[in-house]
Parts: sequence; C-alpha cells; structure tokens
Amino acid sequence: MRVVIDGDLCQGQGRCFSIAPSVFGFDELGNGVVLAAGELGEGALELARLAQANCPEHAVRVVE
Amino acid sequence: MTLEKTPVTDFATDFDHTDPAWVADPYPIWEELRQRCPVAHTERYGGAWFPATHEGVSRIAKDTKNFTSRTVIMNDGRPDELALPSPIGVAPPITSDPPFHQIARKLILPAFSPGAINPLEPQVRALCRTLLDRLAESDVVEASWEYARLIPPSVIRQMLGFPEEDTEVFIDIVHTVTESVDLPMDERIAAFEPIEEYFTRQIEDHQVHPRDDLTTFLLNAEIDGQKLAVEHVFGTMILILVAGIDTTWSAIGSSLWHLAQNPSDLERLVHEPDLMTVALEEFLRFYAPVTMARLVKHDMDYLGVAMKEDDWILLGFPAANRDPAAFPDADRFIIDRAENRHVAFGLGIHRCAGSNLARLELRVALEEFVARYPRFTLADPDQVTWSQGQIRGPRRLPIRVG
Ligand code: HEM
Ligand code: SF4
Repeated sequence: MRVVIDGDLCQGQGRCFSIAPSVFGFDELGNGVVLAAGELGEGALELARLAQANCPEHAVRVVE
Repeated sequence: MTLEKTPVTDFATDFDHTDPAWVADPYPIWEELRQRCPVAHTERYGGAWFPATHEGVSRIAKDTKNFTSRTVIMNDGRPDELALPSPIGVAPPITSDPPFHQIARKLILPAFSPGAINPLEPQVRALCRTLLDRLAESDVVEASWEYARLIPPSVIRQMLGFPEEDTEVFIDIVHTVTESVDLPMDERIAAFEPIEEYFTRQIEDHQVHPRDDLTTFLLNAEIDGQKLAVEHVFGTMILILVAGIDTTWSAIGSSLWHLAQNPSDLERLVHEPDLMTVALEEFLRFYAPVTMARLVKHDMDYLGVAMKEDDWILLGFPAANRDPAAFPDADRFIIDRAENRHVAFGLGIHRCAGSNLARLELRVALEEFVARYPRFTLADPDQVTWSQGQIRGPRRLPIRVG
C-alpha cells in the first residue's frame, strides 16, 4: 500500500502533515507532499489512513 | 446607526443571520432548517439563500462557475462603488474569481506557509504570557476582550510591519468592515475613508523605507513582470486584517467559553497536552466562527430551488460542521474525535490561506491560558455577549479563575 496526494484537490491546509509528519510534508506554498514514497510500513499506513480520514478536500488517498 | 429590523418568525422563508435568536444560539435553527428545507430563503438583503447541509455548502464552495466571490459579506447593497470588477475584486484573493484568483492566492501563500509561520511560535507565546500577566490580579478575568481579542492584531501588525502603537486602530478597522453589514452603503463608504488614509500612509512609508515584512513583500511582488497595482496591495492588506483578526479572536474565545463550562474537557487538556492536536480541530468544527457569502451568477435551478442572478448565498461552514449526515454525533463535542473533516476553514480554491497562522495562535493561546489557570468557570453566563454578523464568537467573556 502507498499513499498519494491529489495535487488538483489539495488546498494545502495541512491536516495530513500535522497528523503524520513522518509521512507528509509541505512545499513552499504550504501544499501537502508525500515524504514516505513507496510501500508503507504498518505504522505509517495507519497514520496515512488517519490523514485520509481527516483531509477535508479528500485529496489524500491510500492506494494498492 | 443600525436600521430597525422586523424580528424573524420563520427562518425557512425569512431568515436573517443578524436576528437576535440566530446571534444567541444558531444551532437549533440550523438543525430545524436541515430537517425542513434544507435550503432556506429570505427576501432580506435583496434576496438570499442559506443551505444548511454539508452537501449544499461543499457544492457551492467548490462551484466557481455558478457563483462569484465578488463580495463575501452579505449586505443590503450589491458590489458597486466599493468593488473592482470581477475577476480581480476589491480584496484579492478572497473576492477574486478564477483565473485571477489563483495568481493572487499563490502570491500570498508563501508568506503563510508552515515554513514561514512555525518560527513565529515563540513570539506568539511571549505575547500570550504578557497578556496573562496583565490579567493576573483578579479572581475574574475578561477572557475575550482583554485576552483573545488582543492576540491576533499584534501578530498581524508585526507581520505587516506597522507601528506597534497602532494595534487599537487595527481593531477599529476590522470592526468597521466586518460588523457594518447593517449600515447603508453611503455610511459604509464614509466609514472606509479613514482606513484608506491610514493604509496609504503605511504603504507610502514602506515605499520610501523598504524593510523585511509583508508590506514590502507585497510592494515588491510581481505578476508577469509587473508590480502589483496599489489597489491590489491595499486590498490584500485589508483582507489580511479582516480575515485574520475577528476570526481567530472568535475561535480562541469560543474555545475558552467551552472549557469554562466543561470541566472534564479542561482537565483532559491540562493532563494530556498531546491531546491538543485533535482537540484544536474539534474546537474548530464545533465552534467554527466564519460564514462566507457568494452571489449567484445567473438564474438557475440549484439544490432544488430557483436561484436568481445576484441572489446572495450565505455559505454556512459552521452549519455544515454540525450536519449529522457528515459527522457522527455532530451535536456532541468530542475532544478526541479522531476523524474530523471539518470545514471551518472553507473548502475548495478559497480555503483559508491563513490557517497555519490561525492554528498556531489558537493552540498557543489555549495552551498558555490553561497552563496559567488549570481550573476556571464562567463567572456570569448573563454577561457573555456574542458578535453579530458572519463572524461568530464571544465578545465579553468574564471567567472566574480564583
Ligand atoms: C480560526 C481562524 C480563521 C478561520 C475560521 C478562517 C476561515 C476562513 C474561511 C472559511 C475562508 C474561506 C473564504 C471563502 O470561501 O470565501 C477563509 C479565507 C481566507 N482566510 Fe481565513 N480564517 C481564519 C484565520 C485567518 C488568518 C489568521 C488569516 C491570515 C492572516 C486568514 C486569511 C485568509 C485569506 C487570505 C483567505 C482567502 C483565501 C482565498 O480566497 O484564496 N484567515 N478563511
Ligand atoms: S490535509 Fe488534504 S488538503 Fe490539507 S495539505 Fe494535506 S492533502 Fe492537502
């Protein structure tokens, strides 16, 4: 499982990187970026799912 | 002078967000509307709609084809003398439509990104402590007027590089803009004069003496190799003041109002400081302070109602946050709510540009208050007053700390 941020949907308000700073970061405009590229470990996966459940723009997606 | 208004008897067909019942406690009204309409209407303000559901609010917030942000504060007039034509608008980017909106927004985002805002934490903390030191003498403290109110303007004044002694002038300016929805247009224009004069003076001073602050940043900013028009710089500054002060003041005040009446939540925050990250979001969901407005671009059927060109939409993010269809136990404050897609900062392209700053101020203001007063209660519920208009928060909040 990996996590992606849909750049068209993200409005950069940082729920993801405040919940899971080990998985997400931010760029110069404050938009979310994925730090943990590739397959997620168990802990990271749980955090990524939590971020998904908290992103108001539905921009965070955990995918196969 | 405020115009006399007829009291509302039916919010579904004749709503008014400045009606005393709505100002005192809007939540039961919204719940009733969700069950009855769910899009309420009024002939007031020249015609307006209020969708009370999360679905309605998100659809409109994300739909810039059918709605314009030309003005976002509902009033008796329509944008005319005070406004630049769409898509630029008077206070970019909040009153701008695409495609210009994105240009104006990208311009200011770096100044409010986490990278720029996080380093302000020590100065925000020092400010809160100074304010608390001033309160320390008595058993009852004024937590809104003498604490929450004073935090945001100091921070923004510093960011803009305006003189320290002008903090009170700032607060007057913000009041004029956000709480004058009831004034006739000519009085609003008159009220704006001193503001324009003050800002022009500050901008001129920065043109002569550039320094490392947001004003200089805006004066130097370029779009397609062109410096910004002075009206753009002025509009953006007004926006930052309007958007950043009453809003954050209200969020801090409502959160303290909640804690004063819910000792178990207060105790958890005192003993589990790590809870703050999620608690903050629940404060924002439950007491979302900001309602916005849109204008309908053309006649159309939308959300099952017949909207007319230039009808207002009152865009109730706070109502969306209480919709049981979007949040389980929507009417319960759950301090450790783990899943919380609240929309207190809006949705879509206009989503709050200042949210990193707002969260920083709210978190630090609460952390410091709770650290200073681990136990407090409402001194006198009858003395608590609430703001009127699109920004909701307590304006007087006497709290017993002794
Ligand atoms: C708790 C405090 C705050 C809340 C609840 C809040 C809420 C909002 C909301 C709901 C919007 C969307 C407007 C719309 O859809 O028309 C917005 C936009 C905006 N806010 Fe905030 N805000 C807060 C604090 C701040 C602060 C501290 C600043 C900056 C100093 C700020 C700057 C802005 C700006 C510039 C926009 C316009 C963004 C755009 O149109 O692209 N806000 N805010
Ligand atoms: S929470 Fe969603 S909208 Fe916010 S930065 Fe992360 S991905 Fe973007």
